[in-house]
Formats: sequence, structure tokens, C-alpha cells
Amino acid sequence: MGRYVIRRLLQMIPVFIGTTFIIFAMVHALGDPVAALFGDKAPDPAVAAQLRQQLGLNDPLIVQYGNYMKGIFTGDLGTTFSGQPVTELLKTAYPTTLKLTVVAFTFEVIIGIGLGVISGMRRGRLADTGVMVMTLIVISIPTFVIGYVLQYLFGVKWGLADATVPEGAPIQSLLLPGFVLASVSLAYVARLTRTTIAENSKADYVRTAVAKGLPRRRVITHHLLRNSLIPVITFLGTDLGALMGGALVTERIFNIHGVGYYLYQGILRQNTPTVVGFVTVLVIVFLLANLLVDLLYAVLDPRIRYA
Amino acid sequence: MGIHATEVTADAGRGRTADSEDAPLLQVKNLQVEFRTRDGVAKAVNGVNYSVRAGETLAILGESGSGKSVSSQAVMGILDSPPGFVTGGEIVFKGEDLLKLSSEKRRKIRGTQMAMIFQDALSSLNPVHTVGTQLGEMFRVHRGTSKSEAKKKAVELMERVGIPAAKERVNQYPHQFSGGMRQRIMIAMALALEPDLIIADEPTTALDVTVQAQVMELLADLQAEYNMGLILITHDLGVVADVADKIAVMYAGRIVETAPVHELYKRPAHPYTRGLLDSIPRLDQKGQELYAIKGLPPNLLRIPSGCAFNPRCPMAQEICRTEIPPLHAVTEADGAPIQGRGSACHFWKETIHG
Amino acid sequence: MPDQQPDKPNGVPDDANTELSSAFPQTPTLGAMEVEGMLEKEDLTHAPEVSTEAVGVADREVPRSLWQDAWRELRRNPIFIISGILIIFLVIVAIFPGLFDSTSPLQCDLSKSQQGPTSGHPFGFDTQGCDVYARTIYGARASITVGVFATLGTALLGTLLGGLAGFFGGWLDAVVSRIADIFFGIPILLGGLVFLSVIPSRSIWIVVAFIVVLGWPQLARIARGAVITARQQDYVTAARALGAGNSRLMLRHILPNSLAPIIVVATIALGTYISLEATLSYLGVGLKPPTVSWGIDISAAADTFRNAPHMLLFPAGALCITILAFIMLGDAVRDALDPKLR
Repeated sequence: MGRYVIRRLLQMIPVFIGTTFIIFAMVHALGDPVAALFGDKAPDPAVAAQLRQQLGLNDPLIVQYGNYMKGIFTGDLGTTFSGQPVTELLKTAYPTTLKLTVVAFTFEVIIGIGLGVISGMRRGRLADTGVMVMTLIVISIPTFVIGYVLQYLFGVKWGLADATVPEGAPIQSLLLPGFVLASVSLAYVARLTRTTIAENSKADYVRTAVAKGLPRRRVITHHLLRNSLIPVITFLGTDLGALMGGALVTERIFNIHGVGYYLYQGILRQNTPTVVGFVTVLVIVFLLANLLVDLLYAVLDPRIRYA
Repeated sequence: MGIHATEVTADAGRGRTADSEDAPLLQVKNLQVEFRTRDGVAKAVNGVNYSVRAGETLAILGESGSGKSVSSQAVMGILDSPPGFVTGGEIVFKGEDLLKLSSEKRRKIRGTQMAMIFQDALSSLNPVHTVGTQLGEMFRVHRGTSKSEAKKKAVELMERVGIPAAKERVNQYPHQFSGGMRQRIMIAMALALEPDLIIADEPTTALDVTVQAQVMELLADLQAEYNMGLILITHDLGVVADVADKIAVMYAGRIVETAPVHELYKRPAHPYTRGLLDSIPRLDQKGQELYAIKGLPPNLLRIPSGCAFNPRCPMAQEICRTEIPPLHAVTEADGAPIQGRGSACHFWKETIHG
Repeated sequence: MPDQQPDKPNGVPDDANTELSSAFPQTPTLGAMEVEGMLEKEDLTHAPEVSTEAVGVADREVPRSLWQDAWRELRRNPIFIISGILIIFLVIVAIFPGLFDSTSPLQCDLSKSQQGPTSGHPFGFDTQGCDVYARTIYGARASITVGVFATLGTALLGTLLGGLAGFFGGWLDAVVSRIADIFFGIPILLGGLVFLSVIPSRSIWIVVAFIVVLGWPQLARIARGAVITARQQDYVTAARALGAGNSRLMLRHILPNSLAPIIVVATIALGTYISLEATLSYLGVGLKPPTVSWGIDISAAADTFRNAPHMLLFPAGALCITILAFIMLGDAVRDALDPKLR
């Protein structure tokens, strides 16, 4: 187990550097941040040059990247052009997005796995066909379309939920956006769960469990589900990336002032520090989530642990 | 010892009843199993009769597709259903027809009174639980034993089947054991609650030859020790010879020949059995071409009419294509009965005597 | 299951596979997960001893390849027929939109802004007073072009890199796998927001290129896994022993035997790429006017959705039907190429 953890950690280093560097480089290609700083007015060349010097923009990109990474490990993500530390902005934006993601993730796990188990256990029956058709349709509708339609139906027409999320984003106002964010993912989770259950229900060890005379319930919980959910859990972990990306869309539909909102603003205003800071943090969260899933995988599947 | 008249008159099915003090542990009567597939109904087992007594070993021999595994899965009650269905017959175990019991009652018999050993121990053991958990599960579920007690029992079982350092290895996972050791664990699991009947489905096929012998020996020893009935399912004539008391040869879902083990090797009474025996390489026939049964096993969706073996049979005549041969009682050339022998061949006399 | 190893329970990688499963092992990416779905559906032939050889006998008279079998299977599948007809129709619309519409999507009359459906204009008008029907018809081209070419691009690049990595192994494999991990580490929408906002003039081809750049690792993993599986087969060893060179081995023996999972994942990805293009356009980092795109129109219609829902619903409906058609096609292809069925 120890060697496995170390190997994974080592493998993550080049990935972490590569990913963050690509993002850093792309954002810097966004344009001249100093020019953007002055908006439409033409900047005084002397002031601009001084600013560039101050911000380290004259250094080669790789040096700038190095300095930035140094900053990250000391908790400094730079300051936005309006003078606010990026970390400050993150602190206001991130909890909202985190709440939204947690709500969505909960829906994804409970509804997705629930439907998948029902479907997998009753293969070929009505419930199974229903789940399969439903998930196929949900997968085919882009999140933003589901978002507008549900917002209209629940928020406007029937008045069952908040159409937009108020400041502070209380949990109950995030239920609808969370469900929208989770919709496509939960359809995938349901299908994956169904597949692995269907596959594992034919496995030899399930037959052994039946031959041992175990009660059906125990065969299902201790043998079938225990094994079938391993790939589902891995999927859930990597799907966090999709959820974080999807949060950009959901936050726009429901006017949620989370990471997506500020990121979007940052890109419109070419506010390089904001964009780099936010994206880097999201990518780190994504990489860490993947690492966590790897370790969880090893805990759940001894064949990996002792490989 | 010896096969009952009920079996010899197989298709008639209802012969004389067994003497009660000598009642078999398991008696399968006219068992029929079919698989309802998309392409049609596959008749996997078509009226099979056999019996096993305590302490006795019955070997069921056949190619894949002969119905040997399916019939034993029906006995265990672990047939995949759908697509598999038992459509007729009786499975009398300790005087009770299992097919008439509720599924809950059958479950309670599985593991406690009859147990099964599978071919591929690696895939048959759950990869995510330790062997100790999986062995202990038998005690915990059927006996309500505490966790620590169950583990102690698991260690004892592992020692019983000859796994060294059982105390340490009880916490390991199946993939950490060698093939032979894994099969020992399967045997230990089947043995856990000292069942009356063990069905071993190709228990050594996946193992190296040297390990095969050890595992078979262990199985035979344990069987003798606990006086269990054993059904040994195999396609390997070599495995059978040393351990079985009697043999039933299956082809296309029927028993085509039954015989005490040495009788069968000495003088087969069915052309299929003879073909199988002739296709074993022998040292004393060095230099000769090895015999092979021509053709392929039949498609169970379209079993040939008459004797299912007729398209491949060197002795086939017109009658073989039209009439299904019953399991004839096999006698000596002079008509003297031979204990426990039967052959489902129209020309059994020609096959055995001449 | 990370990578096309359908014969392994729970996606346990064998030794040859540890490299690929590096930083994100066992990642059931969308496509891989669907490949895993290839394993469902076979219960009927699963009767323990009955099926394989026995059933094979009758069919032996006409030996058929995997592809012939798959085609036979497909033709019998109503889902394939329905999705096939839909896709043919959509492709015709995309190539010859003039056949279905006499007005131009760019010919707009502000005085008709946001008007509902009337005769001659069944879908009504958008905010600019453009005919929504015309825009819906003309929008097919962008979606389908992006979907088809992004799929071709990711499939070609992914198969090439993944295939070479799987075939040669060693340092090449390590390098390709690590690079794949890097691009895999960027959530695609997030990457789109950053990468595409850099490029001011975004044509269809820019969007295609972006999807290829961030999408190839998924296909590469599938291809790599499939090639490793094929490479370990006995017939490859045999061909090698008979003196077949690397290029011959790859083209004649390994490629044909690794194609099935790649095709399945690529087909399913096609639908999701169409969805991705619409989402990028909706976020304002995808296609730009004057390109007619459903995503752009849906984005524009979003603000007035409550007052003029027709502006959003018609292009959204067209988008969903298109994605559904391709995902259904992928489902049908997966079922047909299911390796466990054979």
C-alpha cells in the first residue's frame, strides 16, 4: 500500500506541473494584462513599463510560472488588478461553488446509484427499460437546456423553487441548481452501475455465494454490490471535473456568485491573476480528487493494493 | 455399491424402489433442464437419472455442452434462471424432493448439507474479501457464530486442508494464493459445515498436473473421513480412474453409459465411451495413430433425432437416426447381469462383446 | 474500467497496463464506461455449457467475421434503424439546408422581434427578428461538422498515439501516457473557457481543434488498452515468430483486432462533442456569429426565455434530437460489437 501511494504521488508531479503550466501559458496569451488594466484609455508608456516591471511581466514565461508556483505553495495567488488578493476573492466565491458541488454530488450518488441498482437488479423488466430510456434522454440534453427548462417550470411556472439563487446561497435555494448540475452525471452513474451489476451478477464468486447458501440480501450487499460499486466510485471521483466545469454553466443560469461567475468576469476583463488563480485552484482540486479516488480504489480493491 | 435398477431402466424411470436401509443420499430422477435463449430452447438435460450414497463417489463424465455441469447446478439449486429452467423430474435428497421445497428451505440446505466446489477458484472466490472472511461467512450465516469465533474456525479449516501458516494467511486475499492453495480454500469452504454431499465441478482442471493429484487426494481423504457423498464432474478420464466408484457418461443432455469405474475402462458398452477411451494416448500403442472422435458435439438447439451421437458414431445404423435408445441393462454375453451397468446404445451388445 | 479490458473483472489492470492507468487509474471515462457497457446484454447466450461450441456448430457453415456479425446484428436493431434514418436526415439538412428552407437565417426583420409562430414561419422569430425555423435548419451544419470532425480528429490522433504507446511500450508509452494525463487533468469546459477565450476569431475548425487537443487522451487510453490486449494474443506471437515485421504486425494483425472498442467509444463521443460545442457556444467561447449555431441561439434566447420560450425551445429541441440520434447510434454499435457476445 505504501509503495502504491508513493508511486501515485510521484506520477502526479509531472501531471501537476504540465497541467498548471499549460493553463498559465494559455492565460498569458490572453493578451497584455497591463493594456487591459487601463481599459479603453491608452496607458502612459512609462507607467505601463513600470507596471510591467512591477508585475514581473518582462521575465520569460517560465520564470513567471516559477514565481507563481512559489507563491501558490505559500498561499499567495497574487492580487487582482483591482488590488484585491485573489485568495480573498476565492474565499468569497469558493464556498458557494463548493456547496453547489456537494449538493449536486449528493444527488448524483443517491439518485444515480439508486436508479442503477434498481435497473441492474431488474434487467429486462419495465423499471430497467424506463431507467435506460430516461437516462438516454437526459444524457442527450445539454445541461444548460435542462437548466432553463427546469428553472422555468419549477422556479417560474409552479413557483416550487427559487428561480435564481439569492446572495449567500442558502442550501434550499441550491437544490434545483444542484439537481440540474448533477443531471447528466447521474444518468451516467445509473448506466455504469447497471452495467457493472449486470456483469458482476454473472461472476463466478456470486455463484459461489449463492452456492454457500447465503441469503439473497447478503449475496447482493456483501458480494454483488460491494464489488460492483468499485468502478462507480472511481467514476464519481473523476466526474468531479465535469461537475466543476458544469458549475460554470449552472452558476450562469441561476445567477449564482460562485467560482464560475468570477472566472467568467475575469476572462471578460482579461484579469489574468483572477483567471490563473481560479483555474489553478480548480485543477488542483481536480487532481487531488483523482488522487483520493486512486487511494480509495486501493482500499476497496485489494488486488490493486498488493500489486 | 452398485447402481439401482431404477437407473438402468432409465427412460422408463420408475423401476423397483430402493431398499430403505440402503436408500441413496441423493437420487436424481428423470431430470430435465432447458435454457430458453433468444435463438430457441436449448435442451441441456433430457431425462437424467443417477444416485449417490454416503461415502460413494459418482463421476459424471462428458464434454462441455453435455449437461454435466447444468445437471449438478440444478441439484444445488444455483441454475441461472432465466434462462435456465428445470422442466421436469425429481431431485430426492435425504428422502425429500428438493424441487418441491421453498427457495428459503433450499437455501438452508446449500452450504450446510450439500456444497459445491468450482473449477476456477480464482474467479470463484470474491476478490475483495479475505479468505478468512469468506470461510467464516459460512459459520456466521448458517450458525450465527461470532466474528472472532468464525475466524478461528476458518484457521482450523485452512489447517485441515493443508495450508501452511494458516494463522497468518487467513487475512490474505484470494489473489495472494497459488492455484493449488486457492482450490484448497474452495474445498475448505465446501467442507466447512460438514455437508453430506459435495459436488465438485472440474475441481482440478485449472491446476498443474502435479497439484491436481494432491488436490484430488485431499478431496478423497476428506470424503472418506466425513463419509460424504461426492459427485465429481469432469471431462478428464484420467482424474476419474483412481477416485470414483462409478461413472455416468453424458452426451447431449443424456446419460449414455453407466458403469462401475473399472468395468468402464475395461470394456465400454457405448461407442462414445469407447471413442473417449481410444483417444487417450497410451504407451503400449506407441507409433499408432491416435483415435479421434470425428465431428463436433451437437448443437443443443438442434439435437439430432434418434441417438444424439449418431452423426459421429462409427456403428450408426438406420435405427439410430430414428429411435432414441433407452438405457439398456448391460449383461454378459451369456445373459448374466452385470451390477450397475447400462448403455443407451441400440448396439450395446456389439460394442461390448464384439 | 480504464481501458478496454473486458475480460477482467472490475477493471483490474494487468501488469502491462499499469502505465496507462498511471495518474488516473481505472478512470471510467465516458467512453470507457460505455465500452464496459459492451459487456451487458448477453444473458441469453450465457447458459453455462449450452452456448459456445454447441451453438457454433450450426453457424459454422457460414463463417463470419466480427464485422459481418456486427452488421447483421445492427440491421436487426430498431434503435440503429431509427438513429440511422435520423442521422441521414440531419446530414442532408446540414449539407443542403436550402432544400428545407427558402429564407436565409441572416435575413432578419427587427420589426418582427420575438414574434411567435405564424404561418410561413412555424417557429416564430428571435430577438433580431430572424426566422427561427431557418436558423434551426442552418444550425445543423455547425453542430454536425464539429461533431464529425472532432470525432475523426480525436479518433485518429488518439489511436495513433495510444496505439504506438501500447505497441512499443517502454519510454514511449511512459511519455504518451504522461502527456495524456496532463490533458486529462484539465476539465474540458474549464479548459474551453481559458483556451478558447484567447482566440478572438473562432471558426468551426478552431473549436474542432480544441476538442481534439483535449479529447484525444480518452481515445488514446482505449486504443492503448486494446492494442496491449491484442499484442498479447497468441496469433500475434505466432506472426512475430514467423518473422512479421513491426509495421506488418501493427497493420495486419493488431489494428483490425483493436478497432472495435475504438469505434464504439468514438461513436458515443460524437454525440457528446455536439453537446460540448453547444455548451461552449452557450458560454460565449465557442462559435461566433455570423456562424449559425444552436448553442449561440439558445444562449441568446436564454434571457427572454420566460417571455418568448419558442426562441429557445426549437433550437434546443433540434440540438437534443441530434445528440440523441448519435448517442443511440453509439449504443447500437456498442451492442453489435460487444466482444463478449462472440
